[in-house]
Amino acid sequence: MSATDAELIRQHLIDPEVCIRCNTCEDTCPIDAISHDDRNYVVDPSICNGCNACLPPCPTGSIDNWRTVPKSAAYSVLEQFSWDELPEQQAVDSADILAHAQAELPTQHNAALSITSMVAPQSAAQPSVNLYDVKQPLRATVAGNFRLTEVDAESDIRHIVLDFGQSHFPVLEGQSIGIIPPGTDDAGRPHYLRLYSVASPRNGERPGYNNLSLTVKRVLLDHDGLSVRGVASNYLCDLQKGDTVQVTGPYGAHYLMPNHAGSNIIMICTGTGAAPMRAMTEYRRRLMVQGTPVDGKLMLFFGARRSGELPYFGPLRKLPASFIDIHLAFSRAEGEPKTYVQDQLRSSAVAVANALRADTYIYICGVKGMEAGVMDALRDICDGAGLDWAATHTRMLGEGRFHVETY
Amino acid sequence: MSAIDYNEKIPNNVNLSEDRALQRALEHWQPNYLQWWQEMGPDGSQNFDVYLRTAINTTPEGWAQFGHVKMPDYRWGIFLNAPEADRRVNFGEHKGEAAWQEVPGEHRANLRRIIVTQGDTEPASVEQQRHLGLTCPSQYDLRNLFQINVEEGRHLWAMVYLLHKYFGRDGREEAEALLYRNSGSQDNPRILQAFNEETPDWLAFYMFTYFTDRDGKFQLCALAESGFDPLSRTCRFMLTEEAHHMFVGESGVSRTIQRTCEVMKQHNIEDPEQLRQLGVIDLPILQRYLNFHFSVTIDLFGADQSSNAATFYATGLKGRFEETKRDDDHQLKGDHYKILEVQGDKLVEREVPMLNALNEVLRDDYIKDSIAGIGRWNKVIEKAGLSFRLQAPHKAFNRHIGSFAGLRVSPQGQVISEAEWQTNVRQWLPTEEDRVYVASLMGRVVEPGKMANWIAPPPIGINRQPINFDYVRFN
Repeated sequence: MSATDAELIRQHLIDPEVCIRCNTCEDTCPIDAISHDDRNYVVDPSICNGCNACLPPCPTGSIDNWRTVPKSAAYSVLEQFSWDELPEQQAVDSADILAHAQAELPTQHNAALSITSMVAPQSAAQPSVNLYDVKQPLRATVAGNFRLTEVDAESDIRHIVLDFGQSHFPVLEGQSIGIIPPGTDDAGRPHYLRLYSVASPRNGERPGYNNLSLTVKRVLLDHDGLSVRGVASNYLCDLQKGDTVQVTGPYGAHYLMPNHAGSNIIMICTGTGAAPMRAMTEYRRRLMVQGTPVDGKLMLFFGARRSGELPYFGPLRKLPASFIDIHLAFSRAEGEPKTYVQDQLRSSAVAVANALRADTYIYICGVKGMEAGVMDALRDICDGAGLDWAATHTRMLGEGRFHVETY
Repeated sequence: MSAIDYNEKIPNNVNLSEDRALQRALEHWQPNYLQWWQEMGPDGSQNFDVYLRTAINTTPEGWAQFGHVKMPDYRWGIFLNAPEADRRVNFGEHKGEAAWQEVPGEHRANLRRIIVTQGDTEPASVEQQRHLGLTCPSQYDLRNLFQINVEEGRHLWAMVYLLHKYFGRDGREEAEALLYRNSGSQDNPRILQAFNEETPDWLAFYMFTYFTDRDGKFQLCALAESGFDPLSRTCRFMLTEEAHHMFVGESGVSRTIQRTCEVMKQHNIEDPEQLRQLGVIDLPILQRYLNFHFSVTIDLFGADQSSNAATFYATGLKGRFEETKRDDDHQLKGDHYKILEVQGDKLVEREVPMLNALNEVLRDDYIKDSIAGIGRWNKVIEKAGLSFRLQAPHKAFNRHIGSFAGLRVSPQGQVISEAEWQTNVRQWLPTEEDRVYVASLMGRVVEPGKMANWIAPPPIGINRQPINFDYVRFN
């Protein structure tokens, strides 16, 4: 089988049994991929680019159906017109799916060693993904670039605000975007794109504005401690207000927050892994300020070397304890023993175990090195509380409640 | 991106704050609106937190934001779809001219009449449905009812904005009057008769939202073609919301049918009396409700020949359904259309100038769309292996407007005598006993995930939430 034969697509289909033929999807589709006859509304697989613009306006939910199929055997428009119900998902070779999944990843991998949920929380909002790619990136304007770490801190972590003007670029908390640094590498090839987690909530860094923020650490050392100047991070950290940036994405359809405000969220992060946590916390905070009852509890376990290197340290301290339970861990604070996020987790064992028994979602984000310690701590907490960790973990993974993203 | 400023009293994407006089006029109207909502809006619901969809802008992403909201705090606002660059008048005598951003003086009275008639239906349906919350078949359905109610309220806002912004003092007076007419009122009824009928039970509500909100869809589609650009942009956004209303109707009837079929299969019975013993709505009752709502709704399209309809089209005020997708000259001057009329005891086709028959054109498009949905309901019955089929009645059946008014026509389309009508009408239209029986099933079910016995659960929750989600918190 040639590579082309094996190419899989995630084909967008409309459920004819649930659809009421209201025409909203056809009206909404920005590229005219949806059409209808007297019987059905259908999506042309040769046109649809999976932008998902049609999903929110659909009143029925019939629009949100997908089948993984070989591209060469996609259901044609004519076939779809003849349907009274959707076809079952046909068995697809798992090797094909894996190859497909890898081909879809935009050059950077989630380095997580632990398993992460491959589904989004059931109540998560529907994400838009892949609206822009390397061939057709979107141009964003820098609306601000602020240093988050103290001036004398070793690391330079920045809060960068990008504005999308009139362009449609919806993101959800937990999603990432791609940044294409300008220029070429030493071999004369264009720089590949880098992914950054969005640090602002879905309604913008500033509510109602079409913007978002990123948390970017200037990379001056590589994983082995050798001096290296990170291309994208230095490019981003040096940007001035008014500069423009080439953006792709959004990416990520699983690492998303639950939409129901009654759910608890445990956030475990280090350094710039705080970005998605800030986005989720801020989203819930805005709900609370608007007067929406936020019954779910937030718990944050946040590690850095010193307090001065903790991004968003100041604003975090202003959040009321009734809203968020914050545990900071500093591994290099002068005159204090080294503390890591897993230590803080263990210190809160009772609260964590109680949360694991309830309607709770866990998010882990940060350096790869934190993973093992965090997983061990969670296991120990369960053991101590008479909870079966393996069963709890498996259940949470299946329900979209356990998300890990590390680098 | 058309962001809405929620700091303003009236959320909007029309730069309201730049037009102080208009803003003040609307801020003056707003408390009257809220008072109307308190008095005539959903009964006993003021303290509930309802999982509602609220628009924060008109992009696909922004207009469907979900969260629990107290209904009196719902942010009714003014949203127009983004303008289309270089939009033209697409039909009638002004075809090809730039679309109007202001009301042309010579069309002012007609446009105002169109907008007032449309606007009057919006609060009317809220009034018609105000007691239904007390007998909801599930929390999911209760939430859907309230969503429809707040959005009909918002559609009223949409029309009031146009009246205030473009029609000066006359417009402001009309906007006030929209709050003072009441559905079913003896002294001051709503303009269109279908909006003075009661919506006494949930089956009537589903039929109403299927048939009558679909009339709304066709009227809005025709107005979305208007050469008056603000009306077009307003209606386009309203259509996105209207889709949910039709969904509630189509799926509500479908779930009712599904439950009845389940019970029929389970007990292997078809006799309506036996089915009533088991507390479900038998298919002949559904057929009679369908006949009633279908016939009352197609009256809303007006007389089959209408010089007003011709004028509205020729002057570019109101187009046909999918006007710009049609492949003709969009002037229709020499064109003809076949309408039905009665000759002796027969209904015969006659060709008339198409411009005068535009009400009939829209009605026929509507009928085609309605019948397709009835076909989908029949699929549910077919899937259950039962032979009964629902049918749309003939378009001359039970009409009160146009050339069939006062005529006795059977659902199959035969002109019949008064005596024949009286003999059969109990098989064709809901009887008092039908209504009493359906009313007897209307107990209130609000436990999350539970459904009343007469209706099946929906296949999917709202916004991907589970069926047993807390769609309404009663506090």
